[in-house]
Formats: sequence, structure tokens, C-alpha cells
Amino acid sequence: MSEKILEIENLTVNFDGFRALNNLGFSLDTGELRVIIGPNGAGKTTFLDIITGKTKPTEGQVRFKGRNLRPYAEYQIAEMGIGRKFQTPRVYLNLSPRENLELACNRVKGVFSTLFKRTPSPEKRTVSGLLETIGLVPKADMKANLLSHGEKQWLEIGMLVAQSPDLLLVDEPVAGLTDEETERTGELLISLAQSHSIIVIEHDMEFVRQIARQVTVLHQGSVLCEGTIDEVQNDPKVIEVYLGKEEVQHEDDMRPMSYPVSAEDAIVT
Amino acid sequence: MTTAQIERGGVGISRKLMVEAAIVLGIMLFLIFVLPLLMSDFRLNLTGRFLALSIAALGIDLIWGFTGMLSLGHGVFFTLGGYALAMYLKLQIPANASSQLPEFMGLYGVTELPWFWKPFYSFPITALMVVLLPAIVAAILGYLIFRNRIRGVYFSILTQATTIIFFNFFNGQQKLFNGTNGLTDFKTLFGLEVSKPGAQYVFYVLTILFLAATYALSRWLTSGRFGRLLVAIRDDEPRVRFTGYNPTGFKVLVFAISAAFAGLAGALFTLQTGIISPNSMNIAFSIEMVIWVAVGGRATLVGAILGTLVVNFAKSNLSEKFPDIWLFFQGALFLLVVLFLPNGIVGWLRDRGLDTFQNLTGKRKRSMTYPSLEEDPEVDYERKNTGD
Amino acid sequence: MLPSILDGIFNGLSIGSILLMAALGLAIVFGLMGVINMAHGELMMLGAYTTYVVQNLFKPLGIFSQTYIFFALIMAFIVAALAGLILERGVIRYLYGRPLETLLATWGVSLMLQQFVRSVNWVLIAGLAIFCLLYFGGMWFVKKRPDFDVIRQKAIALLLPLSAAVAVAVGVFLSQTFKSAVTQPWFGAQNVDVTAPKWLQGGLPIGNYQLPYTRMFIMVLTALCVAGIYFFLNKTAWGLRIRSVTQNRNMSACLGIPTNKVDALTFALGSGLAGIAGCAVSLLGSVGPNTGQNYIVNTFMVVVVGGVGKLVGTIAGAMVIGLIDYILGAGILALLFAQIPPVAEFFTFFATTSMAKVMVFLLIVIFLQYKPAGLFPQKGRTVDA
Repeated sequence: MSEKILEIENLTVNFDGFRALNNLGFSLDTGELRVIIGPNGAGKTTFLDIITGKTKPTEGQVRFKGRNLRPYAEYQIAEMGIGRKFQTPRVYLNLSPRENLELACNRVKGVFSTLFKRTPSPEKRTVSGLLETIGLVPKADMKANLLSHGEKQWLEIGMLVAQSPDLLLVDEPVAGLTDEETERTGELLISLAQSHSIIVIEHDMEFVRQIARQVTVLHQGSVLCEGTIDEVQNDPKVIEVYLGKEEVQHEDDMRPMSYPVSAEDAIVT
Repeated sequence: MTTAQIERGGVGISRKLMVEAAIVLGIMLFLIFVLPLLMSDFRLNLTGRFLALSIAALGIDLIWGFTGMLSLGHGVFFTLGGYALAMYLKLQIPANASSQLPEFMGLYGVTELPWFWKPFYSFPITALMVVLLPAIVAAILGYLIFRNRIRGVYFSILTQATTIIFFNFFNGQQKLFNGTNGLTDFKTLFGLEVSKPGAQYVFYVLTILFLAATYALSRWLTSGRFGRLLVAIRDDEPRVRFTGYNPTGFKVLVFAISAAFAGLAGALFTLQTGIISPNSMNIAFSIEMVIWVAVGGRATLVGAILGTLVVNFAKSNLSEKFPDIWLFFQGALFLLVVLFLPNGIVGWLRDRGLDTFQNLTGKRKRSMTYPSLEEDPEVDYERKNTGD
Repeated sequence: MLPSILDGIFNGLSIGSILLMAALGLAIVFGLMGVINMAHGELMMLGAYTTYVVQNLFKPLGIFSQTYIFFALIMAFIVAALAGLILERGVIRYLYGRPLETLLATWGVSLMLQQFVRSVNWVLIAGLAIFCLLYFGGMWFVKKRPDFDVIRQKAIALLLPLSAAVAVAVGVFLSQTFKSAVTQPWFGAQNVDVTAPKWLQGGLPIGNYQLPYTRMFIMVLTALCVAGIYFFLNKTAWGLRIRSVTQNRNMSACLGIPTNKVDALTFALGSGLAGIAGCAVSLLGSVGPNTGQNYIVNTFMVVVVGGVGKLVGTIAGAMVIGLIDYILGAGILALLFAQIPPVAEFFTFFATTSMAKVMVFLLIVIFLQYKPAGLFPQKGRTVDA
């Protein structure tokens, strides 16, 4: 029986009266790959902000490997083993991919060890290996701002892996990628899931179908439902959220069988 | 990517370093032995001053060019370094003098040396204080600002306020620091008469040695992982946090180092001008330092030095000839550099200059490609067939 | 005891209201564009000099001349707003998203403005006018051609030196023909004096203490400006646009709000407020090319303490800084604690104008440890993206 790596209870975040997250409960097993979906404004990114310490919860707590994360700053949480990939790729544009990866790969992140120690050769090898995995060997030594959008996405995923966290938070990894790249990203995530716990936030249902085992649906700051992809897609509450209330009621009342729209269609678009 | 390749890279880097060191050494030898023959004492003294200022510019380059923090308060650190040395010089009182106090204290009726002047009887302590005092002030200020994630424009205007504060403080304390007049009229240092050309030449050489040392230190700081992290902080500080680094420590350290540079520059400058006063803590001077770096090219160490020399020589020439409208030139310089030359002279030479030169000489501009793509036979084949 | 406290509060609020007036424009611009305008103080100075000019123009008008101040306020607003508009269109709009560069560029502008009031004379004005006429007129003609994009570089390369040369030549010709009549600087490097109108001289006696009318006038003026800005931002269409761009620039642009017009308008408005502040300041003392420099750092501190994007923050920040500054500087606290010698000694040490500023700055730095985003910070996901 795997134990919980992440537990969240009664989480509420209040921005000047607006509840971005509302009494949210969530837990993740060690080694699990979980996909979170939800309409815009459901609180998905705020959810990641809370876990990584960028925003502090108004109420409730987040426990990572049993430790309450509230007192820790972002960099401490990152050192505990939570890595994050951002919605829009955020790599260091004036550094080369190799340097980007080396910074992420550095194990001892104090000021003086960074200053005085040279990059150890195991780390150099890890970086070289990663460059091959993410297919950036030919461009390893040019500035990252010359990379394409997809390459930046991959570089950031590579940085995440280089950090070798126990829990990976991946925010929309395939936004703006071609189908082929999306497929490869999915494979990469699945292979990573063998040794890591992963939370993926994604809109692309095709992709979700490729990688997901368990899916959590967020709506208005709370968990709407959880289950396998098929369960979720046929859940009436989910359909309601994605299609709008009136329409669903309309459908129920007037012609329950003939209305052709399913949740999947709605979500894909 | 094999280990052999990595090691080969290492050899290449060290050979490059040797070449660079040889060039630096050559320039130093030229400055020390040849330039004095070509210039009058006055011009040489001026050059010495500007070389001292370029040490401060290196400091600005470290925090602004590489780390992306615009300090408008380096005049404070510069002045603190200058005062530290000047206090030592003011305590070089001949044993047979009537008063064993710096002469200005007599004017304000001070009878006993204030306690914080006493350590400056000792030269080692003074030498230490020249760099430590600014570094400590910067570290405290920096820590208080950075730990709250105050950055960008806020950092700039807080450092600017710092200059006003120190300016007011030093101006107001006649009894302790001689107020507006500052410390001047230095007599001897290690028995050398400070104002004589011989001593001034020694200070000139000293400045060059220190400039070389700070250049080497800056090169070391900015070349390794530490330097890359500074650039990372400049590009995206929150991202650095999520990677597991705490930027505060890095920023405090680099701010302190750059303040120490400014302090050292202030001390050397004071030696060569013979005066240090609160005037070097006015707002304008600190911003000027930034523009030296901007003109030369930020995030290039050579640019910081080059820019300082170019701007200051231009200033000393133009402000002599057109004292009335010098400010127009200076204001225009700020505007032109920011709007049209954001990477400075060195940046322009690196990015465009080569191309422009080749265009002039009629050679075709070479388009940039990925280095390893050029070796790729497949790409090569395609290139031949598509006629590119 | 009581009078000195009253005096402290009145003078503190009076200093605060000047700070507020100076900081108001700065804060609005900073909130909207994230731009700190280092030339803001110089725009104040322009307003002060405008007041001086208007005063001199009104002098021959006898009793009517005492009303010059109202015209001066309007003119100061217009002149500073125009200068701000030119600054925004000519420089700042090219630097959006690069706040640190904007800082440097506007500093350059502030230096040029300082020198401008020192050396402005008929020759300079004529030269500038001719240059602008030739260059921008020429560009206007060229712009009409269909192949403008192709010949743009060449047109600039030709027009710029040509119009500059013509302007210089005319300048030289003028100064040789008319000599000192046209080369005489209008203001020179010396300070100039604005005398407050008669009805503002003197003060309202309260006990044995007088509240100067000029300071009361400034406080009323500040209140009016704040009320006007509040009305403008909250009740007018353009105010709504400004607020929406302040909160989300991209979204506003998508909704069809002309963000560049909003920027220009806001910048002109902020600059105009600086002009009014300059006019107010000119009533308190003589005006010189460096007048702006004296206010600039304090107004920045108001913005830092007040936080971004809320009017109330700026008001509170200005008043608090003004009060603390005056109460410390006038040694009122030292008087209050006269019974406790070490405390009194401590406050006596800071009881000069310059040392009070040192103390205020220390307090600001301590304050920022608890409220790094100012008194009224913005919350939400967009902060520090």
C-alpha cells in the first residue's frame, strides 16, 4: 500500500473577498500520476501556487510527506522535493540549455558552494543525458531565447527532471505543441511516472486520455469529482460545469436522448 | 556528448584564459611604462582617476549588468571608501604638531578624537575598512530590501534615497566629518608626500594593479555557476526560487561585493584627487556611474571599463570647452544610449559591428546557424541541394 | 504644550499636502505603466517657472494682477502636461516593459530640462522651432509617399542633419544681428522669486500662533486636486479606461481600449499635476533649476510607502511622511520627552531638517519589513507573476 505524498485539507484561499480556492480537499499517493482539469478560473494555477509556497493559504494546510508546508518559502519547498513547470515556459533566456540544466541539476544550492565548487562530473553527465532525452543536443550551447516554443517547453521539463524532485507539478505541458510533440511529451511523463509522483494540469483531452489514470476535476475552487477518465467524462456534474447549467437542464427536460453533445466534445474544444 | 569532448572543451577554455591574461598583462604594462612617457603629469593623473572610477563601474556591472539590479546608490559606497582612507590620512599628524587632532576639529571646538576615528590610526584596519565598511552597509541594506522581495524600480529608488540620507548625514556632522567641506589637505602616506608627482605615479600604478585584480575577480565571479545564477536571477527571479535557490543570499553577496569595489574605487580616487566630500554622494554621481556601464556595454566587463574611460574623457574635454551646455550633452547621452544603443559599445561591436564592417568591405554577411548542424552531413546535403 | 502639537500637526499636514500633490501624478503614472519618471521634479520646476512668467505678465494689470495665481495654475498645468505628452510620445513609449531603462532615460531628460531653463533664450527657442518645423514637417511630407517604409532611413539621415544645420545657422545669424536682445537668458542660473498675491500673505492668528494663508491655500488646492482626480478616475469614461489598463493591460487592449492613448493621456495628466504642484511650491520660496531635485526623492518615498494603484495609499503615505518629518525635524518630540533625558537626547540628535530625513528613511525601511508592498497592497494571482 503506497502512502500519501501530498495531503490537502480544507484549503481556502481568499483574495480580497474572492475565494480562489474553497474548502478544497485532495490527496495524492506516492508514485501516482494525476491529471487535474477544470474550466478557466477553477483555481488550478492557484492550487499549484499554494503547493509551491508562492501563495499562502488563508485556511487549511498542505502536507508534503507528512510535513506542513505553511512555514516554508518557495526555495525550501523546492529543496524538499517539489518541482514545478510553469504554464508558459519559463527558462533563463540568456543562458544556454546546458547552463539552464546545470543550474537546475546543482544539488547543493547555498551561496558559497555555488560560488566555490565546480560542477561535478556526474552532474555534467546527467546534463548531457538529459540534453539527449529532450533532443536539444545540437542547440545545447546557444542562448535559450533562440529556441522555439516547443523546445522551451521541453527544456523546462528537462530542468524539472534535472532537479529530480519527488513530486512534479506540470502546468499545461503541451500547450502550443504539435501533435507529435504532444505524444512524445506524454511518453516522457509516463516514463517519469515510474519513479516520481506527478500532478499534471491540462486542457487537451486527447493528451489527458493518453496519460491519465486518475483525473480530478476542479470547479470554483473545489473538487467537483474524481475518478478515471471515463467516469469523469460521463459524470453529470462535470457535463453541467462544462456546458453550462441552462443548456443541460434544457437537455434533460426536453430531449434527453437525442442531444449529441458529450462532455468530451465540450472539453476538447 | 562524451567525457573526452567535455575535457577538450576544458583545454580550450584554459587556452582562451591564457590569451586573455596575456592581453590584460600587455595593457597593464603599456599603462604603467609607456603611457607616462606620452602624457603630461596632469593627463596621467586624470587617467589614473578614471581608472579608479572604472573599478566602481565593474561593481555596477556586476549587479546591474549581470544580476539586473539597478543601484542608484553606489556613490555612498564610493564615498565611504574614500572617507575611510581619508580619515587615516588626516591622522598622519607630525608628532611635534601643536594639536594632535585633524585641524578642522579645532575649528569646531572638538577637544577629543571621536571614538570611531581611533581605529583609523592603524593602516591594516584602514585598508580593511575601505572595502569592509561599504560592503557591510550594502549587505545590511541589501538584506533588508531583498528579503522582502523588493526589487526592480523599488530597489532603485530606495538606493537613491540612501544617497540622500548619507549626504544629509555627512553634511550635517561638521564636528565629526567637517560637513560639506569634506576631508582634504592630506600630507603624507608612508612618508610619501601625497601631492608630489612621484607619489601620484605610485598611486597610478596601484590603481592599475587593483583594477586588474578586481577585473580578475569579476571574471571569476561571472564565469562559473555563480555567474550563471546571477544571470538567471536577472532573467527570472521567481523561477530561481522554484528551482530551489534562495536568491536573497546571492543578491546580498553580489551587492556587497560591488559596494566593496566602489569603496576601493573611492579610496584610490581620493588619493589622486586629494579630497573627499559628501558631494560625491549627490544623486547625479551615482546615476552617472550607471551610464558609464551602459555606454560601454552592460554584462561585459571590458565594456564597463571602456565606457568609464570614454565617458569621463569626453566629459573632461567637453565640459572644459562648453561648460554652459554640458548638461545637454550628458542628458542626450543618457537618452541616446538607452534608446539606440541598449547593449553599449561593446555589445554593438559584438552584435552588429562585425557585420557592418564586413558589409563595408564588400563581404557577404554570414547568417547564423547551429554550430553542430554545420557538421551534420544530412543538413549539408540539403543545403547543397536547395542551393542555400 | 498644546500649541506646539497643533503647530506640528498643521505644518506636518501642510508638508504632507505638498508631497501629496507632487506624488499624485507620479503615483498614477507608476500605477498605470510601472514607470518611475525621474523628470517628474523637473516638470514641477516647469510649473513653477510658468507661475513666475504668468506673474510677470500680470504685473501691469494693477489690482487685477492679484488674481494671477489662478491663471498660473491653469498655465502650469497646461505647460507641464504638454511637456509630459512630448516626453511620453518621444521617449517613454519606446521603453515600456523596461522600467530601469526608463529611469535612466528620464534622468537624461531631467538633466536637459534643468539646463534648458538655465540657458533658454530667444535664439534657442527660434532654433528649436525651426528644427521642429523642418524636421517634422519634412517627415510629414515623406510619410505621405507610398514607399515611406523603404526610404524612411534615408529620409531621416537627410532631414535630421539638414534641419539641425539650418536651425543652428539661423540661431547664429539671429545672435549676431540682434546681439544681447536675443542671447540674454530668460531666467539664467539664478533662482527667481514668485511673490504670493496680497490676499495670500499673512496668516490666520490662533492664539499667539499664525497659520500662514499660503499653506492653507496649498492644502485646499491639494484637496481639490485629489477630489478632481478621484472624480475623473471613478466617474468618467476615460477614468474607467485608465483604471482598466492599470489592472490588466492586455485584456484592456483586447477589449478595444486604445492603450497608447490611455498611456499618453495618463502621463499628460500626471505631468500636469506636477505642474500644479510646482505652482504651489513657488509660493513657498524661490524657484531655481534645481527645485525639482529637492522634492523628487521624497515623492518617490511616498509612492513606496503608499503602494501602487490606490489613491488612498498615496494620500496616507504623503500625510504620514509629512507629519513624521516635521514633528521630528522641529524637535517637538524632544520637547515632549524633556523629562526623560536619554530619549530627549535621542530626539534632539534628529531634530534638524536633514537628520529628520535620515530618521524618516530608517522608519520607511523598517516599515517595509512588515509591509513590503506598501500600505495598501494589491492581492491576487497577477501580483508578481
